[in-house]
Order: sequence, then structure tokens, then C-alpha cells
Amino acid sequence: MYFYNVNELYRAMSPSVPLQEMIRAIRSARTQCEERGVIQRECAAIRAQFRQADNGGRSHNLAKLLYVHMLGYPAHFGQMECVRMIASPRYSEKRVGYLGAMMLLDEKQDASLLITNSIKNDLSHSNQYVQSLALCTLACMGSAEMCRDLAPEIDRLLRASNSYIKKKAALCAVHIVRKVHDLGELFVPAARSLLAEKNHGVLHGAVVLIIELCERNPETLERFRKTVPDLVQIMKGLVLSGYSPEHDVAGISDPFLQVRILRLLRILGRNNEGASDAMNDLLAQVATNTDSTKTVGNAVLYETVLTVLDIKSESGLRVLAVNILGRFLLNNDRNIRYIAMTSLQKIVGTDHNAVQRHRGTIVDCLKDQDASVKRRALELSLALVSASNIRSMMKELLLFLSSCPAELKAHAASGIFNAAERYAPSQRWHIDTILHVLTTAGGDVRDETVPNLIQLITNASELHCYTVHKLYRALLTDISQQSLVQVACWCIGEYGDLLLRGECQETEAVQVTEDDVLDALETVLQSHMSSPATRGFALTATMKLSTRITDNVDRIRSIVSIYGSCIDVELQQRAVEYNALFKKYDHMRAAVLERMPVIEKNSSGHTNGETTGEAIKDIQPAKVKQGELLLPPQPANQVCDLLDLLGGSDETLQPSPAVGAPVPGLLINTASIAGGDLLDLLGVLEPAPLAPVLTAPTVPVYEKDGVTLTLSCEKQSDTGLTVTLTASNSTESDISSFTLQAAVPKSVQLHMKAPSGDSLPARGTAKVTQMVVLNNPNKVSLKMRVRISYTSQGSAFQDTVQIDSFPGLDAAGQ
Amino acid sequence: MMRFLLLFSRQGKLRLQKWFTPVTDREKKKVIRDMMMLVLARPPRSCNFLHFRDLKIVYRRYASLYFCAGLENQDNELLGLEVLHRYVELLDKYFGNVCELDIIFNFEKAYFILDEFLMGGEVVETSKVAVSVSMEEADTLQETMEEYMSKPAY
Repeated sequence: MYFYNVNELYRAMSPSVPLQEMIRAIRSARTQCEERGVIQRECAAIRAQFRQADNGGRSHNLAKLLYVHMLGYPAHFGQMECVRMIASPRYSEKRVGYLGAMMLLDEKQDASLLITNSIKNDLSHSNQYVQSLALCTLACMGSAEMCRDLAPEIDRLLRASNSYIKKKAALCAVHIVRKVHDLGELFVPAARSLLAEKNHGVLHGAVVLIIELCERNPETLERFRKTVPDLVQIMKGLVLSGYSPEHDVAGISDPFLQVRILRLLRILGRNNEGASDAMNDLLAQVATNTDSTKTVGNAVLYETVLTVLDIKSESGLRVLAVNILGRFLLNNDRNIRYIAMTSLQKIVGTDHNAVQRHRGTIVDCLKDQDASVKRRALELSLALVSASNIRSMMKELLLFLSSCPAELKAHAASGIFNAAERYAPSQRWHIDTILHVLTTAGGDVRDETVPNLIQLITNASELHCYTVHKLYRALLTDISQQSLVQVACWCIGEYGDLLLRGECQETEAVQVTEDDVLDALETVLQSHMSSPATRGFALTATMKLSTRITDNVDRIRSIVSIYGSCIDVELQQRAVEYNALFKKYDHMRAAVLERMPVIEKNSSGHTNGETTGEAIKDIQPAKVKQGELLLPPQPANQVCDLLDLLGGSDETLQPSPAVGAPVPGLLINTASIAGGDLLDLLGVLEPAPLAPVLTAPTVPVYEKDGVTLTLSCEKQSDTGLTVTLTASNSTESDISSFTLQAAVPKSVQLHMKAPSGDSLPARGTAKVTQMVVLNNPNKVSLKMRVRISYTSQGSAFQDTVQIDSFPGLDAAGQ
Repeated sequence: MMRFLLLFSRQGKLRLQKWFTPVTDREKKKVIRDMMMLVLARPPRSCNFLHFRDLKIVYRRYASLYFCAGLENQDNELLGLEVLHRYVELLDKYFGNVCELDIIFNFEKAYFILDEFLMGGEVVETSKVAVSVSMEEADTLQETMEEYMSKPAY
């Protein structure tokens, strides 16, 4: 017949297979799909069985479901069955029911509340194995409410006569205390009395409970300090006793209990002289007598060492502990070496010299095959670097870096940088080290590395030639490491003239032509490996070279104009602006592209990416003693930097801002960089009124070719001074692009306000005024050098005048 | 305390999972996947200790099964290895020359043995003999009850 009754169909298709049959069926499924089919059928059968009345096979069904659950299939429909089974009077059903509860339920499920009552009942069951099930389940998944509810019952069981129940009740109490801290108080008396028990299971549970109570409550800790002598006694018994077959593990008597007691002693002895003294002898005994040929002995020794190092132990014992760690370091077993290094890491701060003695072995572990051991060795090696061992340690660390696993590279690189920064024996060594790291692990270094390195290089002025040669050579070999390429480009841009000069003291001479250099930079520009930031660096470097080379300026001009139509907006903008520099502002090009000043540490460079007006404002006063403003070459703001170059060495002239009609893009950038107002940059100085002061005396300071420049000044404060320069044109032709640049001695701060205009019409019909605000905190003799540039009748003129005396000030320029 | 104990085969099949803290199903799956990935990728004769999030992982391979435990930071890793070893010894004593198939076909027994040895993430009984005796007695209780209820013997 084709049509069966549905129930019969069920029975026919899926009889109640024993658990093992089902497992066999599932395992023999050849594909995932087949397995799913078998499981679906079984689950359907199980569900049907659950719905039926008690047929004696319930525990098997639930067990089947649990197996299916372990394979990863959903089994939540079994939750209620668990609850029912737990309530059953049959032990077999309870057993599987509780197992199901621990596997399928957790405290977040509502169904877990339903078993609270069963647990409560079973805790007072006459049969200890039923009690045990309840205790185990409570300790595994008891929620806070359940714990609160059942805590008194657990406390009662802690005092019960049966050690089987006591030991389980103790760990149940531990769970309760972890869940509901306040309940700890409840268990203190029982815990104390359990220490007198002989049964190891109970003792172990008691020690775990006491550890938990002491860690959570310092007052409880105080009270339990009195148990130190008892604990010492128990430990002594374990260590010195003869062979005990029940607890022996490779010659150690109950290592689990020993380790636990050592941990409790550690907690009790911490920061307490008395307790530490009481345990001193015992610890020495354990340290010397424990057999360290097997892991289990080493486990005990390890715990002993940790305890000795954490309490107030006497120095002899401490030395003994560190020596044990030293022995561990030489052990063949990797695990032992690993934990030795972990422990040494903990004490490298406090017992630095002791750990230093083992430096050689630790460094050897850098070469271990195992990744975990390598990691530990790296951490420890970095912690052991000092001024005296920096050279040898760095050799090892660099060797490590070239072969270390990828996940450790970044950490190793930054560790090396830190060490190099703190202990570098010479600048050249420092630069070499950083270059080495960039060549081996350039992809894994942090972003600040590039500006950091640039800052370092600018500081080492005698090494500029050496550095640029080295970097150039590195660039020729490999342009894939972005940080290295960025630094190389920057240096070539800055120090290209040194590179071309050829001879260099520290490295072999190499003939580099202008074309070679431009080739290298163009390769970087065109390479698909270069990131946008890197290409920015390369373009700017190319531009800078226009003032440092003589023959191939046209080539640079063409490169720059090509990139004016580059798809990358950043590059395009730069190229357009550099183009403008070539075309309209050629007279400023030399000044703008001049050598960068030495960048100081903690300059705004680190925040230049997100710079705001405030950042620059803050830096001003500090920098001022060199009369410089420092804006390290962050690519994103590089264009703005060129115009923001307010000051430099006392040779650099300051271009006045907001000249005539500049390219709009430039203005916008500077505005955004300076937080909206370039004029607000020097917050230190009081803003001088824009209108020139009429009462101040005016003196002519320059007169040539019909162009006159007069100067008047007014004192603003004890050290502050406003100088007004007025220019006029008495010739027959108009003058355009009239700009003034000023320079002052190093200690004097200078700020040029926007001029009133840049054109001087003929026959003096209009004048141009330029205000300059000065601050002379050191009250040096005030001098000012002014460069005048303008265009008249199609030709550019430039002249310089030095002003040594200022009207309104006394001879010393005060 | 131990946070979890996992047993899995070289092919990535889970044979036992015990969680000692409340963990969502989703999180459990993630941890299992991550553990398998980390442990199965280790070359032989590696160090038996790993770092995973804020836990120390102690693992050891016994025949075709990996025993993997997640310990807290202040726990003794070497002792963790001993705990794993003790569990294997208990299984061996119970099943007689235990192999992976025993654990597959009698997984509920493996859990019962575990529950006699560990509780709430801590060792509850340090004596091998005591655990074996408890298991025997509990099994006897189960059989007796079954006979009494005259269910078909399984």
C-alpha cells in the first residue's frame, strides 16, 4: 500500500534507534547534505518522542539530541524536555537531564529558572550522586538569583559530614561568590573549618574558596592571614611525605593541591612581612626539594617562584627563585622556556640586574622556531636593552626583524625605534638603524616614523651628505617600502645638491647626475607601488630640486606641468601650484624652496595632519628663539607650508602673506591651515592697529630708481614694536607686484601684516603701506633687512636695504 | 579558573565542549572556530601555550584529538597541562585504552567523567582513584534504577 497512517509512517521511517545507531548513521553520511537529512529525520523522531507519554526511552532521546547539538545543529526544542527530565525520579533521566541543562540552557534562558526548584530539591536528596548533579549544575550555570536563593543550602552542605559532598559544595560556593560577591561573608566560617579536613578533594576546594574570598575582600584576607601556619603545615606534609599512591603524580604528591596552596600563600604574604616570614622556610624547601625533571615538578616550582617573587621574601630566597628561572631558560622543553620568560618579564622592572644576567639565553630564544617563544623573547629583549648593551642587542634585534613572523614585525619595529631613540650611541648609528628597519620591515612601521626620521635627519646636519647618498642607493634598489621611499624622496629633494656633488666622507663616492636623480624620482612618481602620499613626496622633491640643480630645470618644469592634469586630486593641486610658482612667482621660488630649518622635537609636525590654528599658535613662543616657524613636510599640507614659511634662519626672508592676487587655491589652504586667519598666528604679540600711527616720526630708509621707502615705528610694549614701511613711486611708469620681505636677528620675533596693496602707480599718486610687528624679548640690538622686489616696465627688480636704527627708539634699539 | 574546555579532531570536528562561564551560542561558535584555527595551524613540537584575547590557551594533542583549555591570566599553564593529562588518564581508565571513537559514541560518559573531575572551572577531585570510584558507583546507580524500572536494557 502506498498510503500509511501518519503515525505508522513515523514509526516505520524512524523507529526509536538507540543512540549509538544514530551516531553511526550520521557518521556514515558521505556528504553534508546527507548528514543534514539523517539529522532532520532523527530530530523529527525525537520531537515526536518528546510529545509522547513517558515511554522509558526519554534519556536516550535527549542524549541523541545532545549529540546533534554538539554537531552544531539547533536543539532548543529540547530545553523543556531537560526541565522535565531533571524533575524525574529516575537517576538515569536526571543525569541526562542535568547534562542537557548544562549544554542547552544558560542563565539567560527563561527555562533555566524552571529548574531552580528541582535543584533545590535535589540538593537535599538522600542519594549523594543526585546531590552531586544538582551541585555541579548550579556551579556551572547558576544565575545570580539562583545563587542567592540556594546559598544557605550550600553553606549547610559545606558542614555536612560527607567529603564527597563537601568538596563539591566548596566549589559551588566559589561559583556563588563569583556571581554574588556579597555572599562571600556567608562562607567564611565554613571555609575556615574546612582547612582542618584530611580529604584532599575537600582541602583543595577549601583553598580555592579561601582564595576567592580573600581576593574579593581585603578584610577577609586579613582574617585568613592567621591560617598561614596551618597552610605551611599542610604543604610540608605534602612535600615531605612518602609516596602516596592515591595522589602521586611522577613523584610529586598531589601537585594540584600544592599549587593551590602556594597561590593562597602568595595572596596572604603579599605586602605583609609577618606572613612572608612565616612561609620563607617552606618556600625554600619546596624550591630545593621539588624534582624538576618532569612537567609536573616544574609546575610546582613555577608556582613557587611566582610566590617568592610576589611576597616580601628575603633576598637569598629571591636569588634562588631567579636562578630557578634561569635554569628554566636552559631547559630543552619549550614550554618551560616560555614560562620562564613570562615570569622574567614580570620582574624585569624590579630585579633588572638579575634578569640581565640571563640576557644571552634570552637573546638566543629569539632564534627559536616557535612563535610563542619568539614573542616572549622579543618582549623580554626589548625590556633588557640598555645604554651599555645597545649595539650588540640591536644587532640581534635587527637580525630578528629580518626573519621574524609577520605578526611580530610591527611590534619589533616599534620596539627597535624606541630603543634606538633612547640609547643611540651616535646620530649616524641611529639613522643607520632606522634605515635598516625601513628596508626590512618598512611596511609595518607606524605612521609617525616618517616625520620622526626626517626630524632626526635634519638634526644631524653633518650627516646630510651621507644620509642622502644612502637613501638614494636604497631608492634605486627597492621602491616598494613606502616609508623608506617617502623619506628618501624628501631627503633627495632637500639635499639633492649634496647628492650631486658626488664626494662624501662617509661612503664611497658615486657619480650621480641630475638626470639620474630625476629618473629616480620619476620612477617613484610613475610606479603603481607608490601610494598617493609617496607620490606627493616625490613631486615636491622634484620641485625642490629645481633650485638645487642647474641643467635640467626644464625637465622639472615639464614633469610638473604633466601632473597638472593628474587624476589624483592631491597631486594635481600640487602640480598646478608648482606650475604657478614657476610662472607667476618665479622670483619667490628660491626663497620658498630653500633648505628646511632644523625641525625640533615635539614640533607641530606630529599634529600637522589635523592642525588647527591653535596648534600653531601654541608652538610659536617656543620656536621663536630661532626666529623660525617650523612646519615639517606633511604631504597633505605641503603646499600650504610653502606659503606658511614665516621665518626661517636669519638668512631666510619672510614673504609677506596675502600678496596681491594670488592663486585662490593657495589662499584657501593657508586660511584653513591657520585656522582662518594667518594674522592670528602669533598669539603672543598684541595685534597692532592697522592704520599707521600718524604721530610717529618717519624716516626714509631707501631711495633708488624712484622707489622710496620710509619707516616709522611705535613702541607697543616693553619689548613690542610696530614698524610701518611706506613705499612710493616717483617714476613715470607704474610699478606692479611690489613686495617687501623682512628679516631680523635671531632672537627677535617678526610678523608681517598684509600690505595695503602691491602696485605703486606712477608719480607717487598712491602709496603702499606695510606693517611689521616685532617683539624683542632679549632686547638685542635691533636691525632689519628689507628686500624689495617689483616689476617695472616689464622687468623685475630686486634690492635689499639694511635698517640699523629705528626712529623713536634709542640707539640700542630698545 | 578554566573558562572552557574543547576537544576536537584534526579535521576540525568538535567532540566535546564544556563552558564554565555563560556564553552565547554565537560567541561559542566563534571561539570554537578561532581555537581550531589557532591550534590546528601550529606545527608539531611547538610550545603548548598560546595567547587568545585575554586568555592563556593550553593545548595538547593526544592521538587524533586536540585537548584545548582556556585559562585566565593568573592560572598556572604548566598545571593546566597536567589537568588535561589527568582528564585523558581518567578517560583511559574508564574506557580502557581510550580512543576518539569511544568519546564519540559515549560522549555523555565523557561529560560525566569531566563533571567528576572539574567543576565551575576548578579541579574538584585530585585523586584519580576517587574519580573512578565515583563513576563506577554512579553507573551502578543508573543501571540499578533501570532494572528496577524494567526498561529494555540498553
